[in-house]
Amino acid sequence: MAMEMRLPVARKPLSERLGRDTKKHLVVPGDTITTDTAFMRGHGTYMGEEKLIASVAGSVERVNKLICVKALKTRYIGEVGDIVVGRITERRRSAEDELAMRGFLQEGDLISAEVQAVFSDGAVSLHTRSLKYGKLGQGVLVQVSPSLVKRQKTHFHDLPCGASVILGNNGFIWIYPTPEHKEEEAGGFVANLEPVSLADREVISRLRNCIVSLVTQRMMLYDTSILYCYEASLPHQIKDILKPEIMEEIVMETRQRLLEQEG
Amino acid sequence: MASVALSEAEKVYIMHGVQEDLRVDGRGCEDYRCVEVETDVVSNTSGSARVKLGHTDILVGVKAEMGTPKLEKPNEGYLEFFVDCSANATPDFEGRGGDDLGTEIANTLYRIFNNKSSVDLKTLCISPREHCWVLYVDVLVINGNFNCASVSRIPRVRVLEDEEGSKDIELSDDPYDCIRLSVENVPCIVTLCKIGYRHVVDATLQEEACSLASLLVSVTSKGVVTCLRKVGKGSLDPESIFEMMETSKRVGKVLHASLQSVLHKEESLGPKRQKVGFLG
Repeated sequence: MAMEMRLPVARKPLSERLGRDTKKHLVVPGDTITTDTAFMRGHGTYMGEEKLIASVAGSVERVNKLICVKALKTRYIGEVGDIVVGRITERRRSAEDELAMRGFLQEGDLISAEVQAVFSDGAVSLHTRSLKYGKLGQGVLVQVSPSLVKRQKTHFHDLPCGASVILGNNGFIWIYPTPEHKEEEAGGFVANLEPVSLADREVISRLRNCIVSLVTQRMMLYDTSILYCYEASLPHQIKDILKPEIMEEIVMETRQRLLEQEG
Repeated sequence: MASVALSEAEKVYIMHGVQEDLRVDGRGCEDYRCVEVETDVVSNTSGSARVKLGHTDILVGVKAEMGTPKLEKPNEGYLEFFVDCSANATPDFEGRGGDDLGTEIANTLYRIFNNKSSVDLKTLCISPREHCWVLYVDVLVINGNFNCASVSRIPRVRVLEDEEGSKDIELSDDPYDCIRLSVENVPCIVTLCKIGYRHVVDATLQEEACSLASLLVSVTSKGVVTCLRKVGKGSLDPESIFEMMETSKRVGKVLHASLQSVLHKEESLGPKRQKVGFLG
């Protein structure tokens, strides 16, 4: 059995650790960004008393004459075509619903779906009209901030390490064992409740810890970053990945590899 | 504690994992997450400690005040517990929501410390039947992600000594003239959640949702069990209880050993150590 107790260590600010020269201009709601009225106002700002004032907490971004504030932490805002992973909390009670749906979907079930339409009050309507969507079976859910999920062409990834992952745009990440038969996708409405093998479990746990480390260090989540992080974590034991110093080490390595790949 | 909704498939996955000694985050059934401990965070108390485990954050403060001893125990001082579940922890605790859980944890703490081997209450006595020290222990749950009773430990306390003269009590003004309350026998509480056929320590919220019953065992550093309490709707058969008690003794000893070593390390850093507190 393992038990580790330690004294807290003050965390160094991110810019110091990365050696960045440019400091981000951080603002909170109500902060004045500029008094120069020549700028156009973008998202997250408003004009008040002849000054440009921020309405969200985040970093200021400037493109020529447009100033906007990119929020650090946002609620998920749905767009048509987004993939989301969600949990059923409440359901409409009507006679047909009781007869038909209860057999397939219960409260507490997880489903993957696509956003069909967005209403003006912010509510979204989802559809699961393709076989790749639907009820999710055995696996692990990780909840992260929606701003950390990178928008990509596809959000369903079969990682070469042996597990598959669904990166929901709403910040819900679902990790599950890759189904053996290609026809049986993650969706459908019948869940497979057979025990998952130990090897698959280890991969899934490792991926879960890697995702948690990337999120703690505020890195964007997409298939390549998760895969590089997984590979960087292989020399360590799965449960050690949660330790702060090992987390930092792995994410540094991932960051390095990603920069090399881009440059 | 607040609970999460889980689908059947997720519960099955977690339960099978526990059977094979590989939990969702890669830990074994008897592994704890990393704990951060810091003492002396609140300057106007006699002793304080802050413990962080996963997302759970707890602050404990101990204040010593003069009081009259209880009638049935004229030679001893006593401890008063108060647990406050702050609304910061979960929205359920807003207003009076956290009171029930707070009183439950406080009652558990009372039972645990209600015996002679935990804290030597005689040292808290100043003059029999007249004055004694009362230790007010306040626990503040800042962020509760699992069973907080498992995390509360009594911090090391420095009690101010006093010089007596006939019926007058004079309190020494020197802040360093103090007696240290011996915390050798103070117990630690280990929470074991039963999942399937096995039990786990340090369960996450998801794991707690899969477990129907848990056992709270308070163990001293020598492995002596001082208090046992069952929580949850499910039943436990006597064999499992016996197994869980053996596990808690083992785990409790290791817990105490690591806690002692961390506290020694902190003390050895001396007054120059960098205090992290809440803004670090």
